Amino acid sequence: MKRIVGLAVGVLALCALVLADNALLINGAGATFPYPIYSKWFDVYHTKNPNFQFNYQSVGSGAGIKQVTEGTVDFGATDGPMNDDQLKTFQDKHNGTGILHFPTVLGADVPTYNIPGVTGALNFTPEALAGIFLGKVTKWNDPAIAGSNKGVNLPAADIIVVHRSDGSGTTYIWTDYLSKVSDEWKTKVGKGTSVNWPSGIGGKGNEGVMGSVKTTPNAIGYVELIYAVQNNIPYGSVRNSSGNFVKADLASVTAAAAGAAKEMPDDFRVSITNAPGNKAYPISSFTWLLIPQKFQDGGKRDAIKGFLQWMLNDGQNSVEALSYAKLPKEVVEKEKKAINNIQ
Amino acid sequence: MATTTTTLKGAGPVSGSRSFFLKLRDGDEIARLVTLVFATTVVLITAALVWELWVNSALPRQKFGFHFFVTSVWDPIMDQFGALPFIYGTMVTSAVALLVAVPLGIGAAIFLAELAPPRVSDTLQFFIDLLAAVPSVIYGLLGVFIVVPLMRTVIYPALNKPFGYLPIFKGPSYGVGFMTAGIVLAIMVIPYIISVSREVLLSVPRDQREAALALGSTRWESTWKVVVPFAKTGIMGSIFLALARALGETMAVTMVIGNTPKIAASLFAPGYSIAAVIANEFTEATGDLYLQSLIALGLVLFLLTFILNGLARILIVLTTQKGSEVGG
Amino acid sequence: MSKGRLRWRKFVSNFMLAMTGVCAFVSVLVLFFILGYLLFNGGTSINWDFFTKLPKPVGEAGGGMANAIVGSGKILLLASLMGVPIGFLGGIYLAEFSGKGMASVVRYAADLLNGVPSIVIGIFAYSLVVLPFKHFSALAGAFALGIMMIPITLRSTEEFLKNVPRMLREAAMALGASKWKTIVTVIVPAAYRGIMTAILLALARVAGETAPLLFTAFGNRFESHGWSQPTATLPVMIYTYAVSPYDDWHRQAWAAGLVLLGLVLIINILARTILSRGIAVPRS
Repeated sequence: MKRIVGLAVGVLALCALVLADNALLINGAGATFPYPIYSKWFDVYHTKNPNFQFNYQSVGSGAGIKQVTEGTVDFGATDGPMNDDQLKTFQDKHNGTGILHFPTVLGADVPTYNIPGVTGALNFTPEALAGIFLGKVTKWNDPAIAGSNKGVNLPAADIIVVHRSDGSGTTYIWTDYLSKVSDEWKTKVGKGTSVNWPSGIGGKGNEGVMGSVKTTPNAIGYVELIYAVQNNIPYGSVRNSSGNFVKADLASVTAAAAGAAKEMPDDFRVSITNAPGNKAYPISSFTWLLIPQKFQDGGKRDAIKGFLQWMLNDGQNSVEALSYAKLPKEVVEKEKKAINNIQ
Repeated sequence: MATTTTTLKGAGPVSGSRSFFLKLRDGDEIARLVTLVFATTVVLITAALVWELWVNSALPRQKFGFHFFVTSVWDPIMDQFGALPFIYGTMVTSAVALLVAVPLGIGAAIFLAELAPPRVSDTLQFFIDLLAAVPSVIYGLLGVFIVVPLMRTVIYPALNKPFGYLPIFKGPSYGVGFMTAGIVLAIMVIPYIISVSREVLLSVPRDQREAALALGSTRWESTWKVVVPFAKTGIMGSIFLALARALGETMAVTMVIGNTPKIAASLFAPGYSIAAVIANEFTEATGDLYLQSLIALGLVLFLLTFILNGLARILIVLTTQKGSEVGG
Repeated sequence: MSKGRLRWRKFVSNFMLAMTGVCAFVSVLVLFFILGYLLFNGGTSINWDFFTKLPKPVGEAGGGMANAIVGSGKILLLASLMGVPIGFLGGIYLAEFSGKGMASVVRYAADLLNGVPSIVIGIFAYSLVVLPFKHFSALAGAFALGIMMIPITLRSTEEFLKNVPRMLREAAMALGASKWKTIVTVIVPAAYRGIMTAILLALARVAGETAPLLFTAFGNRFESHGWSQPTATLPVMIYTYAVSPYDDWHRQAWAAGLVLLGLVLIINILARTILSRGIAVPRS
């Protein structure tokens, strides 16, 4: 018995000693929206800089904001910018120092669906989307949907709505858009990372929603573009503020950001849903990394600053392969200056 | 050298502190103290757990009071938190689980205790024990990839087409939902019902069976009308144990229940359970009221399982005692 | 009584008893179904890569769960080192030293702890270990799992120690051994098999736990070093991969499930066969 205990303790000590090598681990958590590009970036960056390991956990923007505020992770990520209350909470917990938003890519929420027999892109009006997610449009062959999709054979089946069960920036983008185009949505539900959904089932993360839509006939959900693309699931076009049905792609998302690029506020918090422009995709958004302004650990601070520089230069070259749009030049320049604010 | 403790203690008046240090000199007292420290640690950990749960759920208690249990709104934006949908979901899924597991479990237990020869009974019990050891995330895996499609393609059409007018079978088929979670839970709790029921049935004295058979009953009649009623309280105990397990189950449920904090009459509707909502929302609960409301839910769950486990224990002990008292 | 009625009763009897047999076999069949299904779906994905490679970025095929396997191992080891001594020594106290009052308090606390849902233990570990130290860690995960190991270890140690025959104790005392010496050299070794079994069963139980690790060990795409970093574990990986939309991740989830289930079943079978071979007590 004593020998076993002795052996175990020895093994433990050995583990802690031997496995403790000099790679610096930087922990982050947050949005699932940009997870495909973040996991690619951190993987590539680690290959180029083996002494830095960026461990990013895709747990949803809500959890990202919460954990970076609590200090249990070094940085966060969100597609729904922190509101003033959340910024104040962060400051209160960190002796008055604040937290900075750094846009990383442009992406889009797309309405993705699984209707037996329908493989093409459906056209969705803002009224149709609001109606579906409010639980008022309940069948696929409802005139609200059929009206914009003449020639498509829509079944008389019940629509299964899939939304997020966790606190999500993707939800923030979606509800932000719906609040802008539907007064009823604005008053009844509102916008946020977690809302009181009128109907539907909840999936965890973009991954969970995509998984649910993929396996549930007659389901509709909202996911970041790359998730629908990677899984070969059809997604629809949405009518923008100019009246055109636009499908999410690099051009239409970049067009949506064009206006905001010129008038980007200093803290980078901005909403580009329902943006003006003939070719703009109306449910586009920036996504941000949340970096505390002050770091105790100099090593981590320099690692993060180094990563941000790389991300704004080389990193941007790999985003289009994953269907994210590059940041506008003006935004990149502004961010490079803002990196100096991290101490 | 140390064996003279007993004589030392009896030998003459020694003042209190001196005798303590004398006792300390020999290994026994040290051993007693050391093991006492560890035993106390167990009590301390348990007390700390309960205390942490209570203290960290103070906000919703202050703000909502009793209304927390009867409100069905869960709205993080408006800071409105009500526990009702989760309590409802937890109870409904557990009820479905028991509905499926109890007949199957008791039937299997009867077979193992009454019919099967001892070797067969022990072997089968061995496998049932292994079933109880399967991790819950694996049940979740099976739930997602087997039970959900099964629900959608077989069970839903079988129940909804003929009985769709009944409130419990209404509505569209999501695949996930109360019934799916209930079925997965049923598979998870069957081993508990079988093992404990088998034990209590085996402890029923032979006389009871033999008396019934002597009076001309068939084997089934003697089992169902004499033995099982005798072991009734113990079987109830096994059901309570199974229920306690079902209530606290997290992973398997959260993967198949639909994650929707709503109360719905239909068993095919998606819902939420206490354990599932804590697992999903704990790491992202911004704001103290939100977090503490989740902890309050944890406290509720803890109390429920605590009561059920206590009752179960009493019932099982009562039955096995009765068996040995009545003789056999 | 009419013959017809008797025939009916006999029929009912045979039918119902046959039904109970069906119930029993169905229940046992479920176990084999689970095993078979996991083998079928996960067997092909178990290759050298699975055990040696780290996870790949989202959407890319390949990669493995090396970090999760090591992570689970580390956490289980630490959990045992935390939970087993407390349960074991506490059990010795209950069996050998305590008075009635203290014994019932400790037993009651242990039973309470045993019944706590694992997610609630996760909350406890988060408040006690993650928040004050401000990071997710293997230590926090081990703390949660260690607590769960205590009740089983405690009760079983007490049981098996109490079952050691009086004659062994009396023989030792007659030979002049003090109480603690008797415990260490005679009683514990006699109950050794049973206690080992209990520890193994406790280990098997916590090896499959996911909920308490969700907000203690959190997760890590890389190997974690030391004890105070977020750590990937098998059960959490299974959960994450299973609810994703990627087929490659599903395959890996099945493989991981097979590995985990295999581990748990092997420990259980081992433990039970040790126990059934009986406690090592010399027959006089």
